[in-house]
Amino acid sequence: MTTPAVISLTDITKVYDTGEIQVHALRGVNLEILSGEFVAIMGASGTGKSTLLNILGCLDHPTEGSFLLDGVPVHTLNRDQMADIRNSKIGFVFQSFNLLQRTTAQENVLVPLLYNRREKIDDMKERATTALTRVGLGERIFSHPNQLSGGQQQRVAIARAMVNKPSLILADEPTGNLDSRTSLEILALFQDLNRQGVTVIMVTHEPDVAQYTKRIIEMKDGRILRESRLSVPRDADEELRKLPAEEE
Amino acid sequence: MRSANLFRIAYQSIIKHKMRTLLTMLGIIIGVGAVIVMVAIGQGAQASIQGQINSLGTNLVLVFPGVFRQAGVSMGGGSFTRLSFDDVEKLKRESTKLTGISPVVRTGAQVIGGISNWSTSVYGVSTDYLSIREWPLSSGEFFTEGDVRSQTKVCILGQTLVKNLFPDNDPVGQQVRIRNVPFKVIGVLSEKGQNSMGMDQDDIVLAPSSTVFYRLSGFRFISQILTSAASTAEIPAAQEEIRTILRESHKINEGEDDDFTVRNQTELASTAEETTRVMTILLASIASISLLVGGIGIMNIMLVSVTERTREIGVRMALGARSRDILVQFLVEAVVISIVGGLIGIVLGVGATLVVGAVTSWTTVIVPSTLFVSVGFSAMVGIFFGLYPAKKASDLNPIEALRYE
Repeated sequence: MTTPAVISLTDITKVYDTGEIQVHALRGVNLEILSGEFVAIMGASGTGKSTLLNILGCLDHPTEGSFLLDGVPVHTLNRDQMADIRNSKIGFVFQSFNLLQRTTAQENVLVPLLYNRREKIDDMKERATTALTRVGLGERIFSHPNQLSGGQQQRVAIARAMVNKPSLILADEPTGNLDSRTSLEILALFQDLNRQGVTVIMVTHEPDVAQYTKRIIEMKDGRILRESRLSVPRDADEELRKLPAEEE
Repeated sequence: MRSANLFRIAYQSIIKHKMRTLLTMLGIIIGVGAVIVMVAIGQGAQASIQGQINSLGTNLVLVFPGVFRQAGVSMGGGSFTRLSFDDVEKLKRESTKLTGISPVVRTGAQVIGGISNWSTSVYGVSTDYLSIREWPLSSGEFFTEGDVRSQTKVCILGQTLVKNLFPDNDPVGQQVRIRNVPFKVIGVLSEKGQNSMGMDQDDIVLAPSSTVFYRLSGFRFISQILTSAASTAEIPAAQEEIRTILRESHKINEGEDDDFTVRNQTELASTAEETTRVMTILLASIASISLLVGGIGIMNIMLVSVTERTREIGVRMALGARSRDILVQFLVEAVVISIVGGLIGIVLGVGATLVVGAVTSWTTVIVPSTLFVSVGFSAMVGIFFGLYPAKKASDLNPIEALRYE
């Protein structure tokens, strides 16, 4: 059985024209990511990693090249179609969580459902609650972001990313603002989701964090420098259990 | 489902910023409230002036001598024309459209009687005068045609004279001396109050025109002729008839100007009405400016809000909001703020109008259409001033918005 490609990039280039100089952020990227993969994209700043993330997230068009997401040629879509693709096929997780303040966890998770044009959803609240329960926040659905810890906020963000059942979750430095223990918890959550079949792409500059994924792609000067697959990724869950219990 | 969602998003955003929303609304609340109060005061002034003008007699037509037409510019003694009893008689004989005709021979005189004396205007009039002015007696009776023919020395007192000369007893049957000529009081007029110019209409003594003309007046001419048309609709025809008859009476050739002026009470009223109309418009415009300022307040806050929420807009876009969704969200916020503000403004405006009416005893009239117009106008203010910030928000690039600190 062949697994379908979730992402298929062919000769992607991106040039930023700032007027005086042209910045070649991507100089021909070819990449295929299959359903069920857990991929880390690594690289220092300025290597084109953020640009690649923007293109993968359907926030930006490539200058040249083709990008198929779930078979849809994203590079031909207009602004509204891109918005619909982001809504239905991609779940975003950001470094700084980006939750709506003064809004309960449940309402935060509701947001992608409110913008969903594909289907009429009558049980929005139930879906949001289910997603929150899945990330272990079933008890905190009416908490506001300022009442939650960083790790909990990131869990809300992950629940929000999953609520529309996207083809892939795109995480941009998801553990960048978290301490190591909470980072492990979040990584464990991603690994757990991935085991249940969710495709996860994680951008990070920390080699440690990348060790928890199954495939590492290193970027340099707008190209893919190196690619490696980990046959046995580190298990965040197991490492968590080994950590001394934290006193509350 | 979709629009319900958009309202839900806007609603959440509004209630999340209660203080800001309230302060933004304040401009609209004050604006709408001010418009309602100002228009109510203006309309009230107009209504009370209309009432006072009607108190002259609704179908009144007045004839002045021609010299009145050159207000302030004397035409010289030779051109000074007069209205005569012949004119009055000719009108009585020939007119078909007039229901009442009365000359007015006016003279100022001191009236002595009762406990005091009082300087007032004595009007020599005909028996039609009361019906023309729609002015009933409060007691006694009016003089008769016979009194006019025989120049009887009888008079009717206005309320101001009654108050000053006979504060305690009934003046009917009493004697008064007008310019030292004894008159018998046979009736008392009912109270009429001030006219539109603020003059006391009750400071008056009525007597038969012939009596005043031959026994009191130094100037032997008629200062005006009062007539009444059968109905308001017949006023223009009546005026035309008066002109025809008087031109004939004064032997004015074709092509020459009238040496008299025929006016109806609408024309007299028009100046006063124009004044209050201008005042109403002025008040409403000033109030509208505050509504406009309220609208600019909305735009200001919305613009700040767009900047402040750039990150949120970026997140919403990343989560699948189309540009239109963001546009509608901000527009709905602006419109809801202005409509709710408008409704609160109506409540406060109506309340303030009632308070103003009670405290100042001004007449205030709340026209229901003002309320609808206010809400409609504030909704428009919301759309107009919300559009630019909303457009600005919806045009944001999601990548830059997400990166915004």
